[in-house]
Amino acid sequence: MLLEVRGLGKAFGGLHAVRDVDFDVPEGRVTAIIGPNGAGKSTLFNLLAGFYRPTAGTVTFDGKNITGMQPHQTVRAGIARTFQTTHLFEGASVLDNVRAACVVRSSSHALDAVLHTPRHRRDEKRSLDTSMSELEFVGVAHLRDEIASTLPQEAQKRISIAQALATEPRLLLLDEPAAGTNDEETEAFGSLIREIVARGVTVCLVEHKMSMVMNLADQIVVLDHGQRIAVGTPDDIRSNPLVIEAYLGADADTTGVTT
Amino acid sequence: MTTLLRPRLLGVLLIAIAFLVAPMLVSGQPYLLRIVTTAAIYAIAAYGLNIILGLTGQLSLAHGAFFGVGAYIVGLATTDHDWSFWTAFGVAILATTVLGYASGLIALRTQGAYFAIFTMALGFLIFIIIIRWESVTHAHSGVSGIKLPESIGPLDFSDPVVLYYLVILFLAGAAYMTHAILHSNAGRSLVAIRTSEDLAKSIGVNVGVSKQLAYTASAGFAGLAGGLFATLNGFIGADSASIDLTFQFLLFLLIGGMGTVMGPVVGSVLVAFLFELLQGLESYRFIVLGPIIVLLVIFAPRGIVGYLNDFLTSRRSRRASPPPSGGPDGRNGGADGRSGSGPDQGTAPDRPHATSAAAATSEGGL
Repeated sequence: MLLEVRGLGKAFGGLHAVRDVDFDVPEGRVTAIIGPNGAGKSTLFNLLAGFYRPTAGTVTFDGKNITGMQPHQTVRAGIARTFQTTHLFEGASVLDNVRAACVVRSSSHALDAVLHTPRHRRDEKRSLDTSMSELEFVGVAHLRDEIASTLPQEAQKRISIAQALATEPRLLLLDEPAAGTNDEETEAFGSLIREIVARGVTVCLVEHKMSMVMNLADQIVVLDHGQRIAVGTPDDIRSNPLVIEAYLGADADTTGVTT
Repeated sequence: MTTLLRPRLLGVLLIAIAFLVAPMLVSGQPYLLRIVTTAAIYAIAAYGLNIILGLTGQLSLAHGAFFGVGAYIVGLATTDHDWSFWTAFGVAILATTVLGYASGLIALRTQGAYFAIFTMALGFLIFIIIIRWESVTHAHSGVSGIKLPESIGPLDFSDPVVLYYLVILFLAGAAYMTHAILHSNAGRSLVAIRTSEDLAKSIGVNVGVSKQLAYTASAGFAGLAGGLFATLNGFIGADSASIDLTFQFLLFLLIGGMGTVMGPVVGSVLVAFLFELLQGLESYRFIVLGPIIVLLVIFAPRGIVGYLNDFLTSRRSRRASPPPSGGPDGRNGGADGRSGSGPDQGTAPDRPHATSAAAATSEGGL
């Protein structure tokens, strides 16, 4: 297992946003985390990426205990994330946005830059190459000199994926990659995610668009009120009475969970 | 790329040449040379503030106090303790750097406005120590008879022109360091923090360490400038550590352009001459200066150099692609405006005056 989550919990004061959650993320697969609004999905992501410190439980990544690590440490360990609302550096070009993400894999520091050491030049070249190949991979290389914040939402979402990939992750956490996109674009993001997995990067995503989740996911983890209520393949989840209840309320007899 | 670089490179060259020939232009007018030298020293301190505020987005209000610490170390060590200038100068840089590092350990636990308040308190603390600790700092009587730098080979620093070139050497070093840092991974980490700490964390920037280094470096620059200020003037008082000085540095940055390579020097020189022109008005000069600042914040929130950078960038992207959906705006949209950069509209039809020397300089943001 690439990622093992055991008994993970986060309490804000008396409120348990995430409570006693267990699941595994198998390498090379797509794991989707779903649940109604306020189920604790984003909190869970923040715990995995180190933005929040868990109040209970452990997270093991590639056999290493990463519980309570800072975000810069988890990124270095190989976990990258994107945000629900697209975050990009405003006023900076598309290329610079992605290039900024190469910092974590570089060994040179400020003094190298001032003295213009070979290490600095090597790093600069490597950053440029990595950024360009990631921009090509997500399909926005032609926009490299545009100011990122002036571009349409869809392009910005692709840029933030390129940014996350530029940190050379083994696990990519995508927080609602298809939010605010139309059906056609959702389809395109679906195939982009498949290509990411084909490259050998494991993907874990939070998503509300059920069509996308059911198509993409190899495994689905369902959260409700901060607790894991189900885990399984899309088919298992579709027919799980607990899941149907969580989404549609009790006594619902529909089988297709759609949002 | 080359067509893009040319106007900026030209601007930098013009400024460099202007500084190199300045002593010839003002020869026979030692007073004017002193103003230029002082402006250049202030510009070095402004480069320090540019690292922590312009690049990293943290408003440090202890900057004037660090300048004062550098000035007082050189002042007291070369007079009461009879050290050579060079030793005192080295110690001053080292001591302010250490002071910056140590205070940063605590100050950087705070964020946004609290960081500004904390550092302002730190600045006042240092100022109060200077005006109260009479047995060491001579309080209100100040320090006089500060040594000039001892000559190195044929370089005799008692000649104001030679001293001027010494200052310019350090100024060029500060500008080069800013350029090098801005175009490196280290600089991109700092700019990432300025834009959004969350985003910076998510791409693996160690926010704590980066801020600590930026703050430490900024204090060192201030100390260096303070040391030069003491030796140039020969006399210093507590006003060289006051909060007014911090706001003066802030003004230089605001006018020149925060986070740019040439902003600090353009701002310092322009304001120095503006102060001179308006000297007859004494403290009323802020009546003139105030509206200029307001206009600048409204129409060119990234300062003169930032405005010119935006102008060049927008012209380029207009050429490259037919319809840009909106003017390239400032930065800091996602963050909470703690860098104090004002509204984000960077494009206005009005062209700032007095920029012939500064025409199109340096590189832009990230």
